[in-house]
Amino acid sequence: MMHTTVNDHAKPPAGATVTPLLTLSGISKSFPGVRALKDVSLALYPGQVTALIGENGAGKSTLVKIMTGIYQPDAGQIAIDHHPVDLPSAHAAFKQGITAIHQETVLFDDLSVAENIFLGHAPRTRLGLIDWKTMRANAREVLETMGAGHIDPDNRLRDLGIASKHLVAVGRAMSIDARIVIMDEPTAALSAKEIEELFLLIEFLRNAGKAILFISHKFDEIYRIADRYTVFRDGEMVGEGLIAGTDQSEIVRMMVGRAVDHIFPDRTPQIGDTLLSVRGLSHPTEFDDISFDLRKGEILGFYGLVGAGRSEVMQAIAGMTRTSAGTMALDGRPIAPRTAADAIREGIVYVPEERGRQGVVIGLPIFQNVSLPSLGRTSSNGVLRLAEEFALARTYTERLDLRASSLSQDVGTLSGGNQQKVVIAKWLATQPQVIILDEPTKGVDIGSKAAVHGFMAELVAEGLSVIIVSSELPEILGMSDRVVVMREGRMVGVFDNSDLKAETLVRAAAGIAE
Amino acid sequence: MGSLFKHREIWLAAAIALMVALVAVRFPAFATPARLLSVFNDYSILIVLALGQMVVILTRSIDLSMASNLAFTGMAVAMTNAAFPEVPVAALIVMALAIGATLGAFNGILVWKLGIPPIVVTLGTLTVFRGATFVLSGGAWVNADRMSASFIALQRGTLLGLPVLSWFAIATIAIFYLLMTRTSLGRSVYAAGVNPTASVYAGIDVGRTKFVAFVISGTVAGLCGYLWVSRFVIASTEVANGYELSIIAACVIGGVSIAGGVGTVAGVVLGALFLGIIGSALPVINVSPFWQLAISGAAIILAVVLNARGEKRQGRIILRKAAA
Repeated sequence: MMHTTVNDHAKPPAGATVTPLLTLSGISKSFPGVRALKDVSLALYPGQVTALIGENGAGKSTLVKIMTGIYQPDAGQIAIDHHPVDLPSAHAAFKQGITAIHQETVLFDDLSVAENIFLGHAPRTRLGLIDWKTMRANAREVLETMGAGHIDPDNRLRDLGIASKHLVAVGRAMSIDARIVIMDEPTAALSAKEIEELFLLIEFLRNAGKAILFISHKFDEIYRIADRYTVFRDGEMVGEGLIAGTDQSEIVRMMVGRAVDHIFPDRTPQIGDTLLSVRGLSHPTEFDDISFDLRKGEILGFYGLVGAGRSEVMQAIAGMTRTSAGTMALDGRPIAPRTAADAIREGIVYVPEERGRQGVVIGLPIFQNVSLPSLGRTSSNGVLRLAEEFALARTYTERLDLRASSLSQDVGTLSGGNQQKVVIAKWLATQPQVIILDEPTKGVDIGSKAAVHGFMAELVAEGLSVIIVSSELPEILGMSDRVVVMREGRMVGVFDNSDLKAETLVRAAAGIAE
Repeated sequence: MGSLFKHREIWLAAAIALMVALVAVRFPAFATPARLLSVFNDYSILIVLALGQMVVILTRSIDLSMASNLAFTGMAVAMTNAAFPEVPVAALIVMALAIGATLGAFNGILVWKLGIPPIVVTLGTLTVFRGATFVLSGGAWVNADRMSASFIALQRGTLLGLPVLSWFAIATIAIFYLLMTRTSLGRSVYAAGVNPTASVYAGIDVGRTKFVAFVISGTVAGLCGYLWVSRFVIASTEVANGYELSIIAACVIGGVSIAGGVGTVAGVVLGALFLGIIGSALPVINVSPFWQLAISGAAIILAVVLNARGEKRQGRIILRKAAA
């Protein structure tokens, strides 16, 4: 099943004329309220690494899910070796030789290495039982051809490091003669040394003629390993070509250059004195030496790649996690919130990123969702005053223009945008001084996005201070007065948002020198 | 989803009414108010216990030790009564509540502070409390002749035409109804069960909420320790052995989701009464006890199937929105 075109060179010559192994053409995919992919195409070539580049929400994960049979495209064609194929299920994609290695591997921690490699296609004895001896021997052989002979096929996967798990995942791909290997941010949790090992492995796969799709945010890695690139922006394919001879800034421009599809509220910032001051805030494993001031009436943006540590910093400020060093002061008074309840009492609220898991409580009615962090105010000695609770919920949901037939309605029956409004209403009802919004418009429709942005403008006009963590450049640029950029757990810059260019932020976040 | 569960309680009430009606066809005497009230009285202890269990299950936990807690507390109270007959019954009830709460707090601390899964903690204390009952009594029984008259009489007396035992259940139902719907604790219990992560962000201490739930289940188990030994006028190490399964069954039949966060006081009361009707009506029409067990078991599975269907409807419900 190995493909015939095997490249002996580390990289194919520029402009190599090879026929693509896998082609996607005219792929579109919509979810209720969101158009995830619009008429995109992608070609993967045997023996070449294609980097898929794009901001969060550009449609990369959706495309991976289509290629692995998890989602079905609304339109478009997938072809392997010029033959159209259907990928109605993950199993079908697997049969076609498409395999994906994810950031967090999707292997089985409690099975052995050999079982993981051969799960679903284990060698059988004549009686139909698993032939353990052959399976172990085959597993050892597969690992050895990959230069991973140090991994014992009998080890439990749980006992291996992430890099070794990746090796096992690749071993699995080898064992099924996978021809197309998708690597979705494989380096995100790896150390520098492990990344080197992974790159050796990618070289190995490339030399074995596999077509590789490499998804990463990190330009140094892309330039190190990829032969080709494809850039996605807002669900569209905006450029592709050979890495050799393409300038980094050209790719950055493709990523960020966009038509304005959304007008941000026009506001005249009334910025006052420092309200929240953070100095040297550090966490043993997640972030180090974070210092910034948030002023009254200010919107402070936090930009960075996924995993840059922005949410972790915000959770520490909101009392959710402990810090190892650093101080915080609110209005000049030192504070050290140890629980979320402490922070809420101080007037600092954190509106988390994952609306479903961390925000709304599905199954409870809207009014109970809104009053949840304010129960102390709407009760006396633990006894609730339902009328006050309702009044509180009504006040804040009306302010946010929530569309619901009744406040006793289960919050789960609302649309995503309206759920987000409930979450924001819930936090506003605590009457905070500082409101931290983590990716407040992720996955919501344009109308609700505009409502959230308009509301942020209103909040700061009333003298509140807002921190917005966002990976969407237009949002950061359109809303923030100043922007803090983080990379790998550290602050890399604070920028005043006057004539601030998207490229500047992307460069800072990705660590590309000017 | 709220209306769905209101429906469920109506279904359950209808199922109970149907069973009563079917039995009444052959034995009209069964459907008389006096007879039904006596079923309620007979199952009062189960109702009280199931309400305590409900609070624990709502927080995504389970208390397997309730019946053992009941046995231990019942033994302690009965031995105290035997040794010091002059101690008033009211003081013994307070003692039962306190012992029960302490045992519940022990479960709660292990779950809260050590993070041990509740099923493991209470599987352990199920045996520990039962063993402690044995140690306390040396395996001996406390019989009717060693209990004081007032100890036995209290719950058998009547008030406004109802046995005092039934009033204990009615008071517990009222207290739990208010607790679950009108207090911030009740709200925290539901929130922590439905979405623990979001609850933490909202400033609710989920671990502490679980602890309090175990104290509540322990307290009612303690109360039922007194009620049980005084009703059956015997305290032994075998009291209520295996009863934890009936308690959980009442909750599940009553619509409490084992996954936490879903369940109402009314549902649990109906769930316990459903078991009560099966247990009281079937013998009347000469259905063998084995069939009674099979019917209870089928009811549990049916309840879980209905629960699962109810929970599946949490999707976006796009069609209904469009229709609205």
